[in-house]
Amino acid sequence: MNVVIIDYGAGNIQSIRFALERLGATATLSHDAVEIKKATHVIFPGVGEASSAMEKLQATGLDTLIPTLTQPVLGICLGMQLMCNHSEEGNTKGLGVFNTDVVRFKTNLNVPHMGWNTVDGKEALFQGIPSNSHFYMVHSYYAKPNADVVGACTYAVPFAAALSKNNFYGTQFHPEKSGVVGATLLQNFLAL
Amino acid sequence: MLTKRIIPCLDIKDGRTVKGVNFVSLRDAGDPVELAARYAQEGADELVFLDISASEEKRKTLAKMVRDVARAIDIPFTVGGGISAVDDVAILLDNGADKVSVNSSAVRRPELISELAQRFGTQCIVVAIDAKQLENEWVVHLVGGKLPTDRKLFEWAKEAVDRGAGELLFTSMDHDGTKQGFANAALKKLSETVSVPIIASGGAGDMTHFVDTFAHGNADAALAASVFHFKEIGIPDLKTYLRQHKIPVR
Repeated sequence: MNVVIIDYGAGNIQSIRFALERLGATATLSHDAVEIKKATHVIFPGVGEASSAMEKLQATGLDTLIPTLTQPVLGICLGMQLMCNHSEEGNTKGLGVFNTDVVRFKTNLNVPHMGWNTVDGKEALFQGIPSNSHFYMVHSYYAKPNADVVGACTYAVPFAAALSKNNFYGTQFHPEKSGVVGATLLQNFLAL
Repeated sequence: MLTKRIIPCLDIKDGRTVKGVNFVSLRDAGDPVELAARYAQEGADELVFLDISASEEKRKTLAKMVRDVARAIDIPFTVGGGISAVDDVAILLDNGADKVSVNSSAVRRPELISELAQRFGTQCIVVAIDAKQLENEWVVHLVGGKLPTDRKLFEWAKEAVDRGAGELLFTSMDHDGTKQGFANAALKKLSETVSVPIIASGGAGDMTHFVDTFAHGNADAALAASVFHFKEIGIPDLKTYLRQHKIPVR
C-alpha cells in the first residue's frame, strides 16, 4: 500500500497522517504529480477558505490532475467541497468530480456547524459502521445532496456528509477526528 | 442531530499536567498524552489544553506535546495559553492541534483575531473570555480574573466574532471553582448575542449543572477540569445522565 496525502498548503495534514499511522499505514505527503499518480490511495485534505485553496491547486496543476486519477481518492472537508462543481465561498469553480454545488448555511442555528452529528451512511465507506453514528464536523458551507450521496446528515437542511462516485469519495466530516467510527471509515477506504 | 459536547480541560506546565489527578490506574498521571487518551476513550467529545508555563523553552515543549497528543488521540483538541502571534499558532496547528484559543493577547490587540482567522480560517480560532460581574455588569478580566479591563463581556464577544472567532469559551470568574453551576443567564444572553458555538466554563460541580447549562444556558459545549480529574464525575455516567434528561449527546 502506498498512500499519498496531497500537500498543497491547505490542511491539517498531520492529523490525517497520524490517524493512518494508528491503522498501521504510512502515508507520504506530496504535491508532485508523479508521486500522486503512483499512489494506491490518495487523500485530498483541506481546511480554510475555498477560493484561496483552489488557487493553490491551480498554481501547481493539481486542479487538472485530481479529476483524472484512477485509484481511490478521498476528499476530506474542504477537499470534498472542492471536488464539487462550484462553491459559494469566494465564488469558486470546483474540480467537477461530484455533480453538485457548495453553498453557505442560511439558518438561525450557529454557523459554523461544529461538533458531532449523526450520519446515515451506506455502501463501502460505511461498512461495519452502525447507522446514525456520530462524526466530527466543522464547516460553514455544505454540499447540496445529489445522486452521489452515501452519507446523509441534517443541520437546518439535509446536506451531503459523504459522497461517492466511481473511484472518488468525499466526507464533509473529519474521519481522522471521529473516534472509532472515523478509524473504521478510513480503514474501509484503505481496503478499497 | 448535532450533540452537546463535553470537554475536559487539562492545565499544562512544561509539558506536564498540573493539579492533582486522581486516576489511580494511570501509569503517569502527569503525562498529558496518557490522560488525553483516557478521556478520549471514555467518550470526551473534545479536549482543551491550557498551557500555563512561562519558561523560555515553552514553545518547543508545547509543540512536542501537541504532536504527541495528536499522534495518540482521535478526537479534536484545542490548545491555548500565552498565544500572542500568528507564528505561535502556525506551530501548534502544524503539529496537529485542531484549534487554538486566545485570551489576553486578543483583548490587548483585537486585530490578532482577524489575522488568525484570515490565515488559518475561523473554524480553528477560539476566543476565550474570562469575566466577572462588577456592579451588575459583566466585565472582561485578564490574568486569570485578576485584572479588570474596560471591556464588557457582550460587546467584546460580538467584536471577537465579527473579527473571526469561530467559537467562544466563556469562563465566569464568579462561578469558577464554586461547584455551584455554570453562569447560565449570562451564557443564554451570549448565545443570543452571537451566532457561533459557545463553550460554558466555570462552576461545574455535579451532573445537574451540565443539564442546566445545556437546557437553560443554551451552551453548545461544557468544559470542566477538577470534577473530571478527581473522578467526581465520570464521563460515561455524565453522558447517560444527559441522555436521560433529553440532552442530545454522542
